Amino acid sequence: MAPSTALAFAVAVAAAAAAILVGCATVPSDAEVSAKAAAVLKASFREQGQAKLDRLTQDDTQKTCSEYSGKALPKDVAERIEKENLASIQWPADGKYLGDWKAGERIAQEGRGMQYSDDPKVPAGANCYACHQLAPQELSYGTIGPTLYQFGKVRGYTAEMRKYAYGKIWNAEAYNACTNMPRFGHRGILTSQQVKDVVALLMDPDSPVNK
Amino acid sequence: MRGHRHEPNRFVAIVLALAAFAVQAQGSAVDEIAKYRAALQDGNPAELWEARGAALWKEKRGPKNASLEQCDLGRGAGVVKGAYTELPRYFADADRVMDLETRIVWCMVTLQGYTEADAKKGPFGGPDRKSDMEAYVAFVTSESRGIRMNVGQSHPKELEAYRLGEKMFYFRGGTHDFACATCHGEDAKRIRLQDLPNLTQKAGAQKAYTTWPAYRVSQGELRSFQWRLNDCFRQQRFPELIFASDASIALTMFLARNANGAAFDAPAIKR
Repeated sequence: MAPSTALAFAVAVAAAAAAILVGCATVPSDAEVSAKAAAVLKASFREQGQAKLDRLTQDDTQKTCSEYSGKALPKDVAERIEKENLASIQWPADGKYLGDWKAGERIAQEGRGMQYSDDPKVPAGANCYACHQLAPQELSYGTIGPTLYQFGKVRGYTAEMRKYAYGKIWNAEAYNACTNMPRFGHRGILTSQQVKDVVALLMDPDSPVNK
Repeated sequence: MRGHRHEPNRFVAIVLALAAFAVQAQGSAVDEIAKYRAALQDGNPAELWEARGAALWKEKRGPKNASLEQCDLGRGAGVVKGAYTELPRYFADADRVMDLETRIVWCMVTLQGYTEADAKKGPFGGPDRKSDMEAYVAFVTSESRGIRMNVGQSHPKELEAYRLGEKMFYFRGGTHDFACATCHGEDAKRIRLQDLPNLTQKAGAQKAYTTWPAYRVSQGELRSFQWRLNDCFRQQRFPELIFASDASIALTMFLARNANGAAFDAPAIKR
């Protein structure tokens, strides 16, 4: 190869290498797109009523579950999320888990709560029927979650099951990482007493759910 | 133009009648709702918004006393036909990706001389005031009826908007940890009795996207896609999505492009 040809070849190789590098630099990685999406979201909302901009700041569970949305969740990641959330559950000081199922039914029916259009002074509902079948009298129920009809009757009216139901409603991520279900106690949507009332709707033998 | 106001009452009566059916059995209630929806297709008040939008489009307005007739919606100045099926898209004059509403704001500023803030005022109508923006949207989208969705990705900024929109679709936040995907990520799900489209699948995205904007019977208003996103986020317990914001454009890009290949069929009518 003549020196001039070799030089031209070297220049061509260098140019191609530079083009590849530039090409790589202009295609952002998945993590970069995620970070930019979070930043663009923050700039695209304004606070309204009770919904402030801090609702766009993700906690570790939200961030991790967003990342793995639509993909298989690795076992170790799922275990970490469940462990962290389980550790944060505030169990009732009096050790009692069963409230009033009639109050629980009202909470399960109530769809208002935490939207910027809702009155923050009115206690929030859990809107269980939006996603679950519960009492068979209610025909207007959703299907995002499984049916909970005969929840207690099928599983047994045991102390362990009452505690599990309380924990699940308080923080569902403790039992099923990246579930669609909100963490009603953990995120301050429901009070401890409201959670107990919904537990009673599921676990009281007199509740229509168990008829 | 006040004639449509009595329409919702008649529909409310039908809804109540159907609620009585629902007590009998859920299966038949679902059937009845399907019949009700079919009955709605016969005469759509959205035509009133389309007509008002068509007239406003030609009207000389704003500080420059100009019409929107020369607005370039992507197919060249003055071309409205089919424009919506290629939106959102990158516009070289603005050097950014714009959806329909953002582009109309751009034209109101450049052609008519409005300030951007004025052009963005009152994007959604209510009981006490009509929205000119929703009328413009009804008119422009009606000119794409029957034409297949064909949203491009040739410009890097179009690809970027799509990728950002996809991330936003899966972004979980707020008090309830909800993302768009929470309700719109699986087939054959519903909230109460409301069927939810799976927007992660082609068929679901096509059916949903090509039937917005829509006249909402329950509200007596024609609702744009910007409104659809705004109200989804309200129910998601997020703060308020800003009209024509970058996130709203990116999400629209993601959903619109996923609907490619389907014939556009709106303004539609929904419960």
